[in-house]
Amino acid sequence: MLSAFLWLIACQLAGELIREALNLPIPGPVIGMFVLMTILGWCSRKRRGASQPEPLDSLAAKLISSLGLLFVPAGVGIIGEADVLRAEWLPILAGVLGSTILSVGVTGLVMHWSIRHRDNVPDTSSGLIKQLAEQS
Amino acid sequence: MNKVFEHLWTPLATTPLVWLAVTLAAYLTGSRLQRACNGSPLASPVLIAIAIVSLVAQVTHTSYQVYFAGAQFINFLLGPATVALAIPLAKNLRLVRQNFLSIGLALLVGSLTSIVSGVGIVWVLGGTRSVALSMAPKSVTTPIAIAVSQQIGGVPALTAALAILGGIVAAITGQTMLHRLEVRDWRAHGLAAGVAGSGIAAAQVASLDELGAAFAALGIGLNGLLTALIVPLLALLWH
Repeated sequence: MLSAFLWLIACQLAGELIREALNLPIPGPVIGMFVLMTILGWCSRKRRGASQPEPLDSLAAKLISSLGLLFVPAGVGIIGEADVLRAEWLPILAGVLGSTILSVGVTGLVMHWSIRHRDNVPDTSSGLIKQLAEQS
Repeated sequence: MNKVFEHLWTPLATTPLVWLAVTLAAYLTGSRLQRACNGSPLASPVLIAIAIVSLVAQVTHTSYQVYFAGAQFINFLLGPATVALAIPLAKNLRLVRQNFLSIGLALLVGSLTSIVSGVGIVWVLGGTRSVALSMAPKSVTTPIAIAVSQQIGGVPALTAALAILGGIVAAITGQTMLHRLEVRDWRAHGLAAGVAGSGIAAAQVASLDELGAAFAALGIGLNGLLTALIVPLLALLWH
């Protein structure tokens, strides 16, 4: 458990260091996530697809399952934004509703079309050659 | 009675203990309520917990600064929890390699749609810049959304609330709408839920289909990475 926690903290620290060193506008924990993902991907390739280290797996599952609790302190800050909410409730509400619905639809449709397109062409490389041949 | 309460409360209110306990209790109450509502996404434990804690803070005349000083131990865990999202992502990397083009395309188009339409709608309806910036990262999983919002000069608390609301909207409307658009593939449902509605909508799909759950996990993680890359760059361009 402790070593797993150290892994997470160390990756976050590495993320913050990379951010500082390269002056990136990306949050440190996100870079840390990418660092850990790269390490895990590399390890599983070396071990021929064996699963991840057990303790890290269970700690991550626990943290993610109670992720909701962790945004409560930040979310309570909304009490300080009452004026903004009162003044701009319409753009806020329309923005959340509109952009969420659009984004679900667009992502789903693009994924659906591109999968169907690919599945119609059984072998990608030969399909590509056929396409190129038809075009020329 | 009031005096006794004040005598006990005043020294306690400044220790982290009280606010840790209040936050945990409020969240557990929220989880219980959601279970009582058959897991309905409308009864979001996070929103319920935020409402309860805000109420307690108002009644006891506690400022947000005092509350946050106490609850910052919980807030600190957001960082490691964000890093931990790498684990479900790494588990499903095989699926990315198999569907690289489809996932890449859907992710890019979906993510841009969410960012541009969110900012655009706020701007068209006369919202301020800080609200528009808070809207930009809202479809990403909340810990990343909060971090990005902080980075670009949005209001992190507003972004957190928007991310949760967006998740609820996606969880409620997503499936019906995609079925109406004749999208039946679980991979598309999962990815759309993860990209547009992060954890809350993903949980909805995950309870129905295993492949959908894997694609939802991918959608959350990859969109987190992509949005954290795109939004700060777009914010730099938009003065």
